[in-house]
Amino acid sequence: MKSPSARKLRVVVAKPGLDGHDRGAKIIARALRDAGMEVIYTGLHQTPEQIVETVIQEDADAVGLSILSGAHMTLVPRIVALLREQGVDDVIVTVGGTIPGNDIPELERLGVAAVFTPGAPLRDIIDFLLRSVGDRTPA
Amino acid sequence: MLNPSTAASVPTTYEDWQATYGLSSERTGPFTTLSGELVKALYTEGDLPDPAAIGLPGIYPFTRGVYPSMYRGRLWTVRQFAGFGTAEETNERFRYLLDHGQQGLSTAFDMPSLMGHDSDHPLSLGEVGREGVAIDTVDDMQTLFGGIDVGEVSVSMTINAPAAIMLAFYVVAAERRGIRPDRLSGTIQADILKEYIAQKEWCFPIDPAMRLLGDMVEWCSTDMPRWHPVSISGYHIREAGSTAAQELAFTLKDGLTYVEQAIDRGLDVDDVAPRLSFFFNAQIDFFEEIAKYRAARRIWARELRETFGARNPKSWLMRFHTQTAGVSLTAQQPLVNITRTAIEALAGVLGGTQSLHTNSYDEALALPTEDAVQIALRTQQVIAHETGVTNTIDPLGGAYFVEALTDRLEQLAYDYLRRIDQLGGMVEAVKQNFPQREIADASYELQTEIDAGERVVVGVNRFQGQGDAEIQTLRIDPALERKQVDRLQGVRARRDARLVDATLGELRDGAARPGENLMPALLRCARAHASEGEIIAALQDVWGGYRETPVY
Repeated sequence: MKSPSARKLRVVVAKPGLDGHDRGAKIIARALRDAGMEVIYTGLHQTPEQIVETVIQEDADAVGLSILSGAHMTLVPRIVALLREQGVDDVIVTVGGTIPGNDIPELERLGVAAVFTPGAPLRDIIDFLLRSVGDRTPA
Repeated sequence: MLNPSTAASVPTTYEDWQATYGLSSERTGPFTTLSGELVKALYTEGDLPDPAAIGLPGIYPFTRGVYPSMYRGRLWTVRQFAGFGTAEETNERFRYLLDHGQQGLSTAFDMPSLMGHDSDHPLSLGEVGREGVAIDTVDDMQTLFGGIDVGEVSVSMTINAPAAIMLAFYVVAAERRGIRPDRLSGTIQADILKEYIAQKEWCFPIDPAMRLLGDMVEWCSTDMPRWHPVSISGYHIREAGSTAAQELAFTLKDGLTYVEQAIDRGLDVDDVAPRLSFFFNAQIDFFEEIAKYRAARRIWARELRETFGARNPKSWLMRFHTQTAGVSLTAQQPLVNITRTAIEALAGVLGGTQSLHTNSYDEALALPTEDAVQIALRTQQVIAHETGVTNTIDPLGGAYFVEALTDRLEQLAYDYLRRIDQLGGMVEAVKQNFPQREIADASYELQTEIDAGERVVVGVNRFQGQGDAEIQTLRIDPALERKQVDRLQGVRARRDARLVDATLGELRDGAARPGENLMPALLRCARAHASEGEIIAALQDVWGGYRETPVY
């Protein structure tokens, strides 16, 4: 079992699909890094398979998926399912981007821990990760 | 009549004013533009540049506008960008728009088309027809413009890395209807440098991508005299988080690089430059944006005339399209976006834009609904017909602040142009990630200011909480993806497979020969019904793909 207090939080920031809007992902990656986390940014145009592989290889505590192309209802379920197939059940999955409000309950039902839409303060995202990774593992 | 004692207490000189201002209290700043430029409390005559730098509209250096009559002659063109689903759905929308008085068409392509993937490529799953129209083969292009007289209507296509392929599809689709390429008018974006800098929709490494662009520009210069082969775009650079000065400098430098390339290929600057046009963002800092457009006109005119020796005055004109800033829209209290868009659009108009797209208020959430698009369109009509700002040319010309800020942006842009030259030019600078890093730093800085509450975004970090109610957003029918995949597979089943292989083979051979213009080979591939993805893959066999080293 991982002990978040013993090491830096490891977060994969990923850009699934063909969407090239990487402003948000890069800002988040930098903010998490500045907050003392170990950040692995995948770069653009990643397949769900590639993202899941990165999460496993990097032994990540959390993965943030940035999607602004409207393809979230195809990509996110696929990534969540692949993680399950690979037996990964302790990684916090978050989604950020242009996500209409009425898609959020379905994403949460699939196991997404939080959805951050445009305007979400960086501090909230950082705090959320610290809290939820902490909650996940008994102290 | 004032009595002498009262008159003495009223400040009459700048120094007097400064003394009294020093005694009054000042709000907590920062008093900076959105891009972080310091703004003084007051601007006066002393801040004005040499009157020759301001000049007159339609006269070099065109600070006050590219045409002598500007909106007194004709208003800007309302050009709303559209595209979704398959070619059939978008064709219906195009015909609706033309029936309702729109003069030109502006095509949005879906992500797979922008990246050079066919609709049945594994990476296309969930993205087909979602952010624009899906085009796989010449047959889709023919459907897209079915029933539309492309010999008359001007068509704009927003596509970059695969631009030469899409243009080949367009030319062949017209050819099948007996319309020759020299009758086609319109614009293809094709601004490949800004893809590596900001928009990130690429297919090939930078050098072969520049060659493909050069081939298309050269072919258009002889075969498509009414076509604008590049629209140099700062829009995406700004959306990626650049400052106004970075948008200005990187965009103009991209344009100057394309001019250089054309000259290196033996073309005359006066044959190429008049057919280049620009595309800028309109952000929320009103005066900074206006100053940006005015500085852009002046720099372009000077560089074309002085550095490139262009003699045709049309080569000096920086004509541009404007779109309001997508990034300025908020998911919170979305109706407030109508106000933001109106102010940004007004900046574009007071900056002298030739055409304008206004965003819809729901675009921080999804593609716009029809109702939201209509409000965006009406916003332009209110500016054009109710506000009176079009009654006189460049109403802000000579304003102390506007002229001083125009000068400032010009200086900042020239600083960047020099730094890029020191790196060995724009292509080299992009390979070294220079503009990418500058933009990442600027966007991070702005976000930290917003997070710290130093820069107010209404509804986000101040005045939150009311009006966040759910609004209806557009949903794209997922069945359209299946329909497009079926269309593509139908074409594959019907075409002559041997002819496809032969034309793709010729294309590969041509790609391996550096001096050859690839447009004729691309036209042959299009005629053989080769798909976009197959053509791109054939070129990638020779050139390879592209993977960036992200900087953040």
